[in-house]
Amino acid sequence: MSNLMKYFSLKEIKKSLVMTLWFMILTFPIMVIKVNTIENTVIWRWGYLAVIAVGSFILSTLWRYMMERKSLQAGNESKISLQQKLRELGEKNPRLKRGALAAVIVLVVAYPFATSMYQTGIMTTALMYVVLGLGLNIVVGLGGLLHLGYAAFYAVGAYTYALLHVHFGIGFWVSLPIGAGLATILGILIAIPVLRLRGDYLAIVTLGFGEIVRIILENWNDFSFGPSGIANIPRPTLFGIHFKLQQASVFIYFIMVALVVFTIFIVRRLENSRMGRAWIAMREDEIASQSMGINITKTKVMTFAIGAFWAGMIGVVFAAKTTFINPASFTLWESVIILCIVVIGGMGSIFGVVVGAGILILLPEYLRAFSQYRMLLFGAILVLMMVFRPGGIVTNVRKVYRIDKDKTGEAE
Amino acid sequence: MDLSYFFELFLGGMTRGSIYALIALGYTMVYGIIKLINFAHGEIYMIGAFTALIISSVLGFTGMNSILILVISGVLAIFFSAAYGATMEKIAYKPLRQAPRLSALISAIGMSMFLQNYVLLAQTPDFLPFPALIPDFKFLKPIEKILSSTQLVILVTTAVVMILLTILIKFTRTGKAMRATSQDAKMAQLLGININRVITITFIIGSATAAIGGVLISSHTGQLNYYIGFIAGIKAFVAAVLGGIGSIPGAVLGSFVLGWTESFGTGYVSSDYEDVFAFIFLLIILIFRPSGILGRSQNDKV
Repeated sequence: MSNLMKYFSLKEIKKSLVMTLWFMILTFPIMVIKVNTIENTVIWRWGYLAVIAVGSFILSTLWRYMMERKSLQAGNESKISLQQKLRELGEKNPRLKRGALAAVIVLVVAYPFATSMYQTGIMTTALMYVVLGLGLNIVVGLGGLLHLGYAAFYAVGAYTYALLHVHFGIGFWVSLPIGAGLATILGILIAIPVLRLRGDYLAIVTLGFGEIVRIILENWNDFSFGPSGIANIPRPTLFGIHFKLQQASVFIYFIMVALVVFTIFIVRRLENSRMGRAWIAMREDEIASQSMGINITKTKVMTFAIGAFWAGMIGVVFAAKTTFINPASFTLWESVIILCIVVIGGMGSIFGVVVGAGILILLPEYLRAFSQYRMLLFGAILVLMMVFRPGGIVTNVRKVYRIDKDKTGEAE
Repeated sequence: MDLSYFFELFLGGMTRGSIYALIALGYTMVYGIIKLINFAHGEIYMIGAFTALIISSVLGFTGMNSILILVISGVLAIFFSAAYGATMEKIAYKPLRQAPRLSALISAIGMSMFLQNYVLLAQTPDFLPFPALIPDFKFLKPIEKILSSTQLVILVTTAVVMILLTILIKFTRTGKAMRATSQDAKMAQLLGININRVITITFIIGSATAAIGGVLISSHTGQLNYYIGFIAGIKAFVAAVLGGIGSIPGAVLGSFVLGWTESFGTGYVSSDYEDVFAFIFLLIILIFRPSGILGRSQNDKV
């Protein structure tokens, strides 16, 4: 507590005041002056200046406090993550674990029947982002390759279904694997030229690739129907049964629940496979892993291909859910939001991605009043997250071997 | 082949290239020193243009001489952009200097989102008209179709900025410190160079040139909104990579090459795919010569 009291001393207050003054000057033209160029009038918004002053005073004090805490913590790495705590709790009382699992299942099944169609729709969207996040997590979290064109694969899936329906009348269930497959092929194709690139170059090339796909969809009218998009895409059917609107939204919800379970199952398997460990090794150090016998070319291509697979699949579901798609749904910001889910949730952690998708997609829906500040807050959160908690909300636990007396070695 | 059309495209490409060069300098200088792609650099350029718009509109109501307005708003735009650049570095990049590159890059993307939406919310999402501050020169009357006076101002200003920057980096103490830091930051620090100061100065210079670019291009196109920084930033980055990131003459060369590519591409091929040319060009360069036109290839050590 005495630690905190320090921040009320004269010296610290003076520091905060200097910062306050600096931010007041810095934000003055943009925040205070608003020019109406049509009526040629100037609006002076002095109220905003007061908000900035108070806000930056508090934030600068908080910033210094957090920075000091961070530097104190840097020494001892013995922090136990949320995931680890939960796991230990589950191991100690298996009944509690089973009970919690049962409660989650009941909640998931009952959700669409207990709430409105609107709520079900939001939850379906959140589930879609869980799968997208898990897919990107393979590329960014496990492979360590910053991918900023992920929405392009998502677009490929959505357009596959829409175009197959328009031209050949092919239904949802056939399109689902085709969409995922085409996205995977595109993933391989984009992986080949970028094999030699790393880090920053990779980020910018994938970004460019995402934009190229979007611009082509926007301009190649004969192929993609241009910026006006494709409408009247049918919702999924069950063995030829067509659902009414209400039923269809519940049905898509359950499709998504199944896909999330499927994805988590596969991704968990992948993570612990030979391939998954090769991804993690590649993320840690490319050259070192290569010298240990990992084929970097193959590993990188697989990262992109498998990552793209999920985006393509969800793209088909997206087209079926909204029944209308256009290129505006697949901008760079879509890729960035998915990236935010992975980063804020916790890179490399499955549970983290689920939490991240829940926070980033559900919170803005329920906090409608703040919806216009959504992107502003996302940006600020990305920066703060990287500065203060680079591991995300649910920090991924590195695998360690614990040697017990009675067991020779057990993977944790 | 129409020769006057060719010259129009040639000079148009050169104008574009000049603007890209002014922005690309910031990217390449920052990259040269802290090996970070400053994704939010385009936003600094946008803030510079917005500040100039606001100041010049306010001054315009007082009925001041337009040249004077241009000078005052330009200077203030440079000041505010530089201030934003320096502040951004302190908040988003300085704490991450020891962190993995991916963290710093994500932080930069976050900063870019934040600044874009900050201007969007504080000002307006609509396009605003930028006042025509650069007067029409009489002597350009005969060739005004090929070269407008705004274009001439852009070309001359860019040339002056480049020369000043070259002098700064080659012949001053600060420039020497910057070059030393970019070669080996740790060693430079051991020899008594204040790295933090060098990095701040780099951000200030980069932001200032970006602001000059922002003011010039806005008076050329006559409008701006909160989103202009993004695409310009990406393209300037492409230009910096084309020339070899980290190399200042490379950034300038890459910018002109990109400007011409776009200008001739849109002029002779199709204007729908304007932005695609830049990315395809980038892809080709990176596949065949990843270090860029003038860049040196680097070997990684484990």
